[in-house]
Amino acid sequence: MASEKNTTAKKSSWFKNVSDTNLLLTITIVVFFVMYLAAMLFLGSGFLKPQAFFNILNAQAALIITACGMSLVMITGGIDISVGGVVALVSMCCAVYLDFGGGNPYTAILVALAIGLAFGLVQGFLVAYLDIQPFIVSLAGMFFARGMTTIVHTNPFNVENEAFNKLKMTRVIIPGMGSVNKIGKYVDAYVEIGVVVAVLIVVILFCVLRWTKLGRAFYAVGGNQQSALMLGINVKRTKFIAHLICSLLAGIGGYVYFLHVGSGSPSHASGMEMNAIASSIIGGTMLTGGVGNIIGTFFGVLSLSTIQNIVSSAGLDQAWWTGITVAAMLCIFLVVQSVIMARKKKA
Amino acid sequence: MQNNKKSAGAFFSGLVKQQIFIPLAALLILALFNLIMDPSFFKITLGYNSVGDPVLNGYLVTILDYGSELAILAIGMTLVTAASGGQDISVGATIAIAGSVILRMLCGGQTTTDHYCVPLIVAFLVAVVASMAFGAFNGVLVAYFRIQPMIATLILFTAGRSIAAWINNNELPIVNVNSFGYFGGYIPGVPIPTPFFIAVLCVVVIALVMKFTNLKLYTQAVGINESSSRLNGLNPEFIKLISFVILGICVAVVGLIKVSRLSTINYSVIAKDIEMDAILAVALGGNALGGGKFNIWASILGAYVIQFLTTTLYKFEVQSDALPAYKAVVVIVLVVLSAPVVREKLAGLGKKMKSKEVA
Amino acid sequence: MKEKSVLEMRGICKSFPGVRALHDVDFTLCEGEIHALMGENGAGKSTLIKVLTGVYEKDEGEIFLKGLDKAAVIRSPQDAQKLGISTVYQEITLCPNLSVAENMYIGRDGQKGVSWKKMNADAEKILKTLDIPAKASRQLSNYSIAIQQMVAIARAVDMDCKVLILDEPTSSLDEQEVEKLFGLMRDLRAKGVGIIFVTHFLDQVYEVCDKITVLRDGGLVGEYEIADLPRVKLVSKMLGKELDDMSDIKTDSVVYEGADKDAKVFVAEGLQSNAGIKPFDFYIKKGEVNGFTGLLGSGRSECVRAIFGADPVIAGSLKKNGKHIKIKKPIDAMKQGIAYLPEDRKVDGIVGDLSVRDNIILAEQVLKGFFHPYSKAEAKKLAEEYIKLLEIKTASADTPIKSLSGGNQQKVILARWLLTHPEYLILDEPTRGIDVGTKIEIQKLVLKLASEGMSVTFISSETDEMIRTCSRLIVMRDRRVVGELGSDELTQNKIMSTIAGGEHDAK
Repeated sequence: MASEKNTTAKKSSWFKNVSDTNLLLTITIVVFFVMYLAAMLFLGSGFLKPQAFFNILNAQAALIITACGMSLVMITGGIDISVGGVVALVSMCCAVYLDFGGGNPYTAILVALAIGLAFGLVQGFLVAYLDIQPFIVSLAGMFFARGMTTIVHTNPFNVENEAFNKLKMTRVIIPGMGSVNKIGKYVDAYVEIGVVVAVLIVVILFCVLRWTKLGRAFYAVGGNQQSALMLGINVKRTKFIAHLICSLLAGIGGYVYFLHVGSGSPSHASGMEMNAIASSIIGGTMLTGGVGNIIGTFFGVLSLSTIQNIVSSAGLDQAWWTGITVAAMLCIFLVVQSVIMARKKKA
Repeated sequence: MQNNKKSAGAFFSGLVKQQIFIPLAALLILALFNLIMDPSFFKITLGYNSVGDPVLNGYLVTILDYGSELAILAIGMTLVTAASGGQDISVGATIAIAGSVILRMLCGGQTTTDHYCVPLIVAFLVAVVASMAFGAFNGVLVAYFRIQPMIATLILFTAGRSIAAWINNNELPIVNVNSFGYFGGYIPGVPIPTPFFIAVLCVVVIALVMKFTNLKLYTQAVGINESSSRLNGLNPEFIKLISFVILGICVAVVGLIKVSRLSTINYSVIAKDIEMDAILAVALGGNALGGGKFNIWASILGAYVIQFLTTTLYKFEVQSDALPAYKAVVVIVLVVLSAPVVREKLAGLGKKMKSKEVA
Repeated sequence: MKEKSVLEMRGICKSFPGVRALHDVDFTLCEGEIHALMGENGAGKSTLIKVLTGVYEKDEGEIFLKGLDKAAVIRSPQDAQKLGISTVYQEITLCPNLSVAENMYIGRDGQKGVSWKKMNADAEKILKTLDIPAKASRQLSNYSIAIQQMVAIARAVDMDCKVLILDEPTSSLDEQEVEKLFGLMRDLRAKGVGIIFVTHFLDQVYEVCDKITVLRDGGLVGEYEIADLPRVKLVSKMLGKELDDMSDIKTDSVVYEGADKDAKVFVAEGLQSNAGIKPFDFYIKKGEVNGFTGLLGSGRSECVRAIFGADPVIAGSLKKNGKHIKIKKPIDAMKQGIAYLPEDRKVDGIVGDLSVRDNIILAEQVLKGFFHPYSKAEAKKLAEEYIKLLEIKTASADTPIKSLSGGNQQKVILARWLLTHPEYLILDEPTRGIDVGTKIEIQKLVLKLASEGMSVTFISSETDEMIRTCSRLIVMRDRRVVGELGSDELTQNKIMSTIAGGEHDAK
């Protein structure tokens, strides 16, 4: 009894002392593990094999990358809803380049980066230096990217380029995580190249945000723009860089997405911007800015797709259930976050 | 002559400061563009539709028709923007819900019907109540849980169309009653599209509301300074909630027009991207998207300008999927021109013009 | 450049659209001096400082710094920091979401990366030497405004600066903290740092400063040694006219002499809100001016906020003319004839983008209800009536309130509440941060209103102001009422000793 009291006292002081960012991060990670464990316990088969987890990563690598960029922009207090459009545009351009332009899959990476860079430069300039609201700028960016995708090529098609398909099928084996399949053969666990890229980006961004001046400037600008200026931070440049990185990551994400699906289509990545925003929020990034963590975003993406998998494994596989569950999860997270922050303010 | 020019400079810099300048200038540019490219854009002809009733045809009529939907939404969106400092991105999805509710009521659960199962007004009122309830859901999240509007409405944005499909069990009910088509089409004998009259009605209602209530003052006060509003006896949460509920009513009206046009519904396509157009209408009206002061007439004008743009693009045979790209360019030009940083420079230019002429 | 000066500003001009904020201003700061920059609101102090720190770009003029052979180019706060100019602003200019240590080090030159361990250790050391009760690794928003302000000062002090600008840093500090700050300033002076000190508190100027530069209407009035400029003269320099003796206000005024002058209009018993104050008793009589006094954070504002329903009341009762009334939120209080002018004008008072007219009619409009708006003509008439009555200086009733000076904004808020014809007017720091002229006008107005039968509660940080206006003072310490002083006990000493505790710790 006494010890219980002790822990609650300790807990409440931890609750008071922890920074907003770390508090929300902790919640996200706990929720993900609880959810995944529950899925393993109650839904069994589909979730027990390690490969099930890696498949989530394979499918969501592009989302992880774009969501990281989104979190970055959201930490500075902005938003970028053009990322889905950029992903679609990148995969369409790369597809056209490979099939009709005779390009190879490595120079296609440059195409992807160039598109991301172009969007980043323009959007960053408009937001940071002309002081136009990021929502409106990236709304136009989204319209533009979606429209351009159709203009580049109207109909969806699969890429037949050999070198590309080889790259697409390349698997990175994870040792010791394999399992025995139905016919008794041992199958290695694997991830696609995109996952390696995604993990690399998560690690790099995490380090940038935590240990560089630029990273801390993102938080400062998101916390209070006016103060950041007075503290000697170049606010405009910081915002510009955040939008630039976000669009660049959308470009990279676009290539990874393309590598995963191997086709170009105007309807690719539809709603991806919303998924990226949702992942960031579930991962503990606040839209008001100044609070967030890349690791959280990573887990945000995983939570989001885990819940989608749970819903479809539970037999609710009509299309509308995915939408409703994602929405419900977002709703719960938003309410929980808002309640916790309000209580913390009081304490 | 010189005198004339001088006052023109002053007039210019004065006009640039006016809020209604932005949509007006955009409208002017678009009209001029069309006049130069192809004056037949402005031609209106009297024809007969398939039922044999007289109707007006022409691009301007199309703008009047479809712009009216946007104008109705812009009313609610302006209020939400002003009070909450954010936008409701779920309007397209809630239009789908409202439309779905109307069809469900009229068809009484059947897939097709040739008579109203319930009176039309009842079906409409139920849809209004439903949209108000969804508006209130958004409003509660925004006002009481203090979630940013864009994010709070992201929930319904994601789930709305699924809910709409679920209401009718994913069926697409068809209403085969002539009078049902009046709302999105023409009333027999009247050559002007009905949505325009509905929009006029809505504008009149909101004008009366703003004249005979303190809606504008309260909304602006809450949008500008919530804490001060509270100490002046206002209830900021409630006012934000009300703005979302009013938007809910607008959504139901547009929902009726939308399903009336088709006599049925397509859950994933109906009112697609309309939230973006509605938000653009508000922005084009020169209203700060961060909330506070607003000018509802500028938003309504903005709505028609957006539709003007869409129709112009269609006329030049831009594919409907490629449309957004052109729209985006125009939007960027407009927001850049209306950005305070740029406008200050513009106003400075006007002043320079003036001083040069004096010298 | 003179030999001992660290900073010279020559012929500084700065205009905003329609306003000439600075006109040909010179300013010289020497090594190891504390230099007060004085002037009324709108005199140009803030503009001059913002020009110096690179927030605004000057139109004309030159800035020279010691060690630079040509005029300094300062285009942004970073430039200023690099040149050894550090600043503490009146408003907290720190990031609430970062840790205390980060707020002290971010945006400064130094190594490329962020070493958390070293940063926290360094910060902890500085916090300790300055005796600031904050933990380096904790998030800044966990601390009170006063501590945040101290952190801002710690940051400025730790930067190896030649020029330290303190722009009204004391308005959120209590007396002990102010003393601590002064000690710090003297230390820095001894080390040769030049300090520019902007404040509204005359006492503080005479306590620490060596020189005074006075600005008025954007122009330079002059630079004076502190010994050569007695207080009365300073005030008259700031106002540009000889001061009518301030102490005469009270004796001039008429006291309310109605038959019901002893009737207690509002009586509170055991009132307590959730803002952390102890339950308190309170009453106010018709036509009386009373006041709450105490150090900042002693609970003065929380008491009146509880009466007005601005903070949720959790215990106690309130009576009006002997009848119980329930006040849950501000509108309830307004309906009972209570008006409250809040402490923080910018955050709780003005509605910035709205016109002066809308700001004036707001409260009355809320009282009248949603369905009874004033017509445009009525609103205009009312607004103009009050603009005239309170002599509010504004271009027109349509001007946005945010473009008015602080004093005039305050008058607009006052007009807003007078328009509701309250029986009981609560003024929480109505004179803070506004110029001396307007201060006196407001004090006179308070006494006039009381003589006409209005009950007024007046809160101010300046005791002499309270003595001049109030006939009864309620003294608070540590969030509880510790004493009450009648009109015959109202002297500086008596009030101070009651605030501080000791023999007067009665009740």
